Amino acid sequence: MDFLSDHQPELLPGKRQLPPVQGVIEAPHGTTIVAVTFPGGVVLAGDRRATMGNMIAQRDIEKVFPADEYSAVGIAGTAGLAVEMVKLFQLELEHFEKVEGAQLSLEGKANRLSTMIRSNLGMAMQGLAVVPLFAGFDVDRAKGRIFSYDVTGGRSEESGYASTGSGSIFARGAMKKLFRDDLTEDQATTLVIQALYDAADDDSATGGPDVARRIYPIVTVITEDGFRRLTDDESSEIARSILERRMEQPDGPRAALL
Amino acid sequence: MSTPFYVSPQQAMADRAEYARKGIARGRSLVVLQYADGIVFVGENPSRALHKFSEIYDRIGFAAAGKYNEYENLRIGGVRYADLRGYTYDRDDVTARGLANVYAQTLGTIFSSAAEKPYEVELVVAEVGETPEGDQIYRLPHDGSIVDEHGSVAVGGNAEQISTYLDQRHEDGMSLADALKLAVQALSRDTNGTQREIPAERLEVAVLDRTRPQKRKFKRIVGRQLGRLLEVDGASTEAESSEEE
Repeated sequence: MDFLSDHQPELLPGKRQLPPVQGVIEAPHGTTIVAVTFPGGVVLAGDRRATMGNMIAQRDIEKVFPADEYSAVGIAGTAGLAVEMVKLFQLELEHFEKVEGAQLSLEGKANRLSTMIRSNLGMAMQGLAVVPLFAGFDVDRAKGRIFSYDVTGGRSEESGYASTGSGSIFARGAMKKLFRDDLTEDQATTLVIQALYDAADDDSATGGPDVARRIYPIVTVITEDGFRRLTDDESSEIARSILERRMEQPDGPRAALL
Repeated sequence: MSTPFYVSPQQAMADRAEYARKGIARGRSLVVLQYADGIVFVGENPSRALHKFSEIYDRIGFAAAGKYNEYENLRIGGVRYADLRGYTYDRDDVTARGLANVYAQTLGTIFSSAAEKPYEVELVVAEVGETPEGDQIYRLPHDGSIVDEHGSVAVGGNAEQISTYLDQRHEDGMSLADALKLAVQALSRDTNGTQREIPAERLEVAVLDRTRPQKRKFKRIVGRQLGRLLEVDGASTEAESSEEE
């Protein structure tokens, strides 16, 4: 990124001149991203809907991307800018790895993302915010970790579970009731789809599983073995079994009262 | 005022080429071979940290013999070129041919500029294709020329002898273990024709493997995996030598 800013600054998001605008620019926005840790790794998942005001702009947008072999980033906010930020972030991690011959630490990656969000602050003030969720497997500590951000680039590590985007409040509520320390990988993937279902249930800008069009949430798992995205068949199977249960209990699994 | 000695341009260039060649010849040789599933880089390198081979981009690898600081500089330049290309356009738009051209320009300019000393390096840029026919290997000598190579290539001190040896024995569609075996045999021949032993710890091995599911095909082969391949290697060497007898 330092090299880019010296040689071709126009390629970097933070360096652009913004035209003066009245009101908020209408551009596609991404919506709910959730992450859950389990012993041995972390799961990061996102719904597939992009909205532009009241309109659904895209039904099958992808909002969760691998950052490198051991980390992934999910984005909420202005889709165009967010995708560009992820591309730049991926490039930077790969570039560092190739030049230095070693990977950045997970902490280092999280800090780098923080700087990139901060450089977008000007745009965020005009309504074009990008708020990602970063999850990765820390090879040194041998565990999955989650970092959440705010528009100013503030970074905080979350323990257990986290969410971002317009449906995040509902997703967080669901995860709070469902999360346990000893989840298996399968349980964790089920949990994130449950949380996304609840988010889609109460937030109009978050899309639920679309059975007719076969569009299901994107679920990624990062473990010691690296990054893996669940195939469409795998995520559709989980989503379908959740749907089936919800036919009987529309509000999903019930937690104990006390 | 003293009159400077006249040196003919031919003589000046020949001297510079001689200087560069001597510098390269001091380093150890390395070889790059095509095998059935990709391209393998093999070299003798006592250091674990200072690599002779490196990943440039998804399908492109880099190998260099000569002076470390000079080729490291070129390597980083190459990574920057490739990453910038890939980011500005698309990952598919980064090609070994483009990269080899940039290297040739750089080396050529440095070689013919009187103010700078010529770089004492010889590079290999290799790109693995979807099929063996799509593989590309370019050798870039110190003076900025490009040689399009097929099958096998050797650079460094003893390059000529090694490449003759390889040309005679290399076949298309070799397995990785066979190619590795051939490379080690070629490298362990001394100038006077005697064989010496290169232990696995002193070997640096990397592959561009087209069967890798990831986008990035470059992989270093170290430790146990290398040992395993060399073991297969040892067994088949014996089999072959008994055949020869």
